[in-house]
Amino acid sequence: MELRFTDEERAFREEVRSWIDANLPAETRERMASGRTPTKAMQVDWQKRLYAQGWAVPHWPVEWGGQPWSAIKRFILSEEIQSTPAPSPLGFNCNMLGPVLIAFGTDEQKKHFLPKLASLDLWFCQGFSEPGAGSDLASLKCAAKREGDHYIVNGQKTWTTLAQHADWIFLLVRTDAGAAKQQEGISFLLVDMKTPGITVRPIITIDGAHEVNEVFFDDVKVPMANLVGTENRGWDCAKFLLSNERTGQARVGASKERIRRLKLIAKETPGGARPVMEDPRFRSRLTDVEVQLKALEMTTLRVLADENRALSQRKPNPASSVLKIRGTELQQAISELYVMAAGPYGLAAPHDPEADGRNEPDVAADWQTLAQATYFNWRKQSIYGGSTEIQKNIMAKAFLGL
Amino acid sequence: MDFDLSEDQRLLQDSLAKLLKDKYGFEQRKAYLKSETGWSREVWAAFADLGLLGMPFAEDDGGLGYGAVETMIVMEQMGRALTLEPFVSTVVLGGGFLRHGATPEQRSALVPMIAEGKLLMAFAHTEQQSRFDLHDVATTAKKDGDGWVIEGRKGVVVHGDTADQLVVTARISGGRRDRDGIGVFLVPADATGVTRRGFRTSDGQRAADITFDAVKVDAAAELQGGLALVERVADEAIAALGAEAIGCMEAAKDLTIDYLKTRKQFGRPIGSFQSLQHRAAEMMVCLEQARSMAMLAAMMASERNDDERRRNMRAVKIEIGRNARFVGQQTIQMHGGIAMTMEYAGGHYLKRLTVIENMFGDMDHHLAALSEEGGVFVAA
Ligand SMILES: Cc1cc2nc3c(=O)[nH]c(=O)nc-3n(C[C@H](O)[C@H](O)[C@H](O)COP(=O)(O)OP(=O)(O)OC[C@H]3O[C@@H](n4cnc5c(N)ncnc54)[C@H](O)[C@@H]3O)c2cc1C
Ligand SMILES: Cc1cc2nc3c(=O)[nH]c(=O)nc-3n(C[C@H](O)[C@H](O)[C@H](O)COP(=O)(O)OP(=O)(O)OC[C@H]3O[C@@H](n4cnc5c(N)ncnc54)[C@H](O)[C@@H]3O)c2cc1C
Repeated sequence: MELRFTDEERAFREEVRSWIDANLPAETRERMASGRTPTKAMQVDWQKRLYAQGWAVPHWPVEWGGQPWSAIKRFILSEEIQSTPAPSPLGFNCNMLGPVLIAFGTDEQKKHFLPKLASLDLWFCQGFSEPGAGSDLASLKCAAKREGDHYIVNGQKTWTTLAQHADWIFLLVRTDAGAAKQQEGISFLLVDMKTPGITVRPIITIDGAHEVNEVFFDDVKVPMANLVGTENRGWDCAKFLLSNERTGQARVGASKERIRRLKLIAKETPGGARPVMEDPRFRSRLTDVEVQLKALEMTTLRVLADENRALSQRKPNPASSVLKIRGTELQQAISELYVMAAGPYGLAAPHDPEADGRNEPDVAADWQTLAQATYFNWRKQSIYGGSTEIQKNIMAKAFLGL
Repeated sequence: MDFDLSEDQRLLQDSLAKLLKDKYGFEQRKAYLKSETGWSREVWAAFADLGLLGMPFAEDDGGLGYGAVETMIVMEQMGRALTLEPFVSTVVLGGGFLRHGATPEQRSALVPMIAEGKLLMAFAHTEQQSRFDLHDVATTAKKDGDGWVIEGRKGVVVHGDTADQLVVTARISGGRRDRDGIGVFLVPADATGVTRRGFRTSDGQRAADITFDAVKVDAAAELQGGLALVERVADEAIAALGAEAIGCMEAAKDLTIDYLKTRKQFGRPIGSFQSLQHRAAEMMVCLEQARSMAMLAAMMASERNDDERRRNMRAVKIEIGRNARFVGQQTIQMHGGIAMTMEYAGGHYLKRLTVIENMFGDMDHHLAALSEEGGVFVAA
């Protein structure tokens, strides 16, 4: 056991930090720091900079633009990105689809798509969920029928995050309705969003944001060449992808940044007799969350170190399930702390100069008006990417033998 | 003790429930929400016809002479339907200030107008620095001949943008956080020097930032009672909002239970999963605990011992807040993605409950104060 970062790792952290400082546009940094999501242009621009530096997809094999780094080194990079805060590389491209293509794609697919995924020349979205298939993903109905060298896709996807920005979508479709097991008739397809027959309809979430969409497929023609892996074996790709999706959600670096920022804000926020930060109850609640976050940080490092060592064995680490459950709980808890700090002025809805029907400015500080919106929005954290309940079912079954 | 409703109370509950069923479907509510005022004048008129707006006022003043239990009954229904009208602002808060702080002349001038739905009120109290402290008032009122000149700024005045009359707290003497020296004034919203900036609150309702720039009012504009009056009316509002929260929680629970029975995943209703069953049962525990506190609030609203009343209202606010948060969060969690959307009622309950939690002091504010005051069960 060596329970400290090495000198090399510490030096690397410094290198990353100063590179980000030198390269992150001020506008992007400000928007991120205010607690908003980056615009599409900001995301693309930033990811291209990371790509040019070789840092967009360090976890991929070197031949596809990855780095021969330890998991700890990759952790340091992503933590620095999150805690600046800067936009993280687009998860759909880099953490979900990329690894699937590397594991299951044809040579042509790899050559064509991987560089574009890493550089964000193509923006992908994830078309898994359907109205009737949420937690029970394998019950999906969206169908693809073979016709010559094409599939014809018909059906609906929902909750498709950022489909309004996406150039392409990766889809799970049913290619064999008669398979003995639901999981056996599913295929994994890549679809150009410009193909005729695709309609994207916004879903507005309770915080007023347009983040998710419904996507409809009406006789959409998809070349056979866009099938990933084997027909009817798409579930293998899906399972592989979902396990990557889940470990990516602890976001400890982002939570640390949110806490540090909250401390600064709360110091400046009057709370009657004294600043909010000097309210003992607020402080102890905040500290309690910090302690739990510290534990989660250690758990993350354990999982990463283990991943490094046991790559060949590929045995799942029980602690990795803790990351999604506790990571999202802590993000939600931090969002509640912001609501508390905002107090009565947090009742004002956010003023977003880019949105139509904007709220009138100046009624409260920007962060105050965002506090409740973020709290509402982050209720999603324990629902998507495998709900907390589903994670616990997995733990009970896979690790506890229940 | 008797926790059952009387015949008249049941009638009141039923007639309001029927009105809201007709006028306040979720789709209708959406239309009200999007309108200029953010609520419905038509529904407001219907409230007047039903006698709701004159409810808590003495019969001599032109009201119905109802008490806190009736307010509780009405607010619970309002919570169920997620109504948007300025009932708390006008009837509970505005009405409370008139009942406890106004002269008979003031009341006879204003109460009939409220009862008929012709006068809207709002309570302009919170300031940027005050957070939840009712005694933290920087806005000033200076004597000016027979009248007063008011100067200052108030924030998140709920329904402040549509109100006709504002109840404004202002410092007459002493330091910003002194308990003494706080005056309460009736200020017409169109008085010279009043500037209002309306905006949406996080639950979609309306509020305003209001500045008072050398606003002149006459001597008769002052209400009597100072901070004690403010605390008393705030406590009545806590009771009303508590009952509204119960309505929200109950409707959210019902919606969730229905969903657990109908939504199928893995080939069976999700309500057949024990982890969700237990959570649904916990929602019920929360609801019943909160309901008890809403009743305590109704009981305590007329308590003459200020200390006793405040202490209990703090307990009400804490306990309802805690339980409301759980019920609101679970409503979303157990629905999955669907309750994250604007189109579905589920998430709107969490939003309203969150706003209620943050009105007149959040859980931490009252916990700190109550523990300072020796807790609920005071040791000798
Ligand atoms: C904001 C947001 C963004 C999303 N983005 C995407 C995206 O980009 N692409 C995509 O494909 N999908 C996306 N999703 C969909 C997400 O993955 C699903 O919402 C999720 O899988 C849950 O499905 P559901 O909403 O249908 O809920 P349901 O599956 O209906 O679940 C309802 C409730 O029942 C519980 N439950 C279900 N089964 C069990 C069980 N066996 N045991 C115990 N409890 C159970 C759930 O945990 C939940 O609490 C997104 C969702 C949201 C909210
Ligand atoms: C101090 C003490 C005094 C007692 N006094 C008396 C007495 O005077 N007379 C008497 O007759 N008995 C008495 N009992 C017995 C008591 O009623 C039992 O302990 C109780 O019924 C639980 O049974 P068990 O201990 O066999 O636990 P089990 O029934 O084996 O339960 C073990 C765990 O499984 C859970 N569980 C069981 N079934 C389910 C289910 N369907 N769903 C979810 N969870 C489930 C339980 O809640 C518990 O957490 C006493 C017990 C104690 C500890």
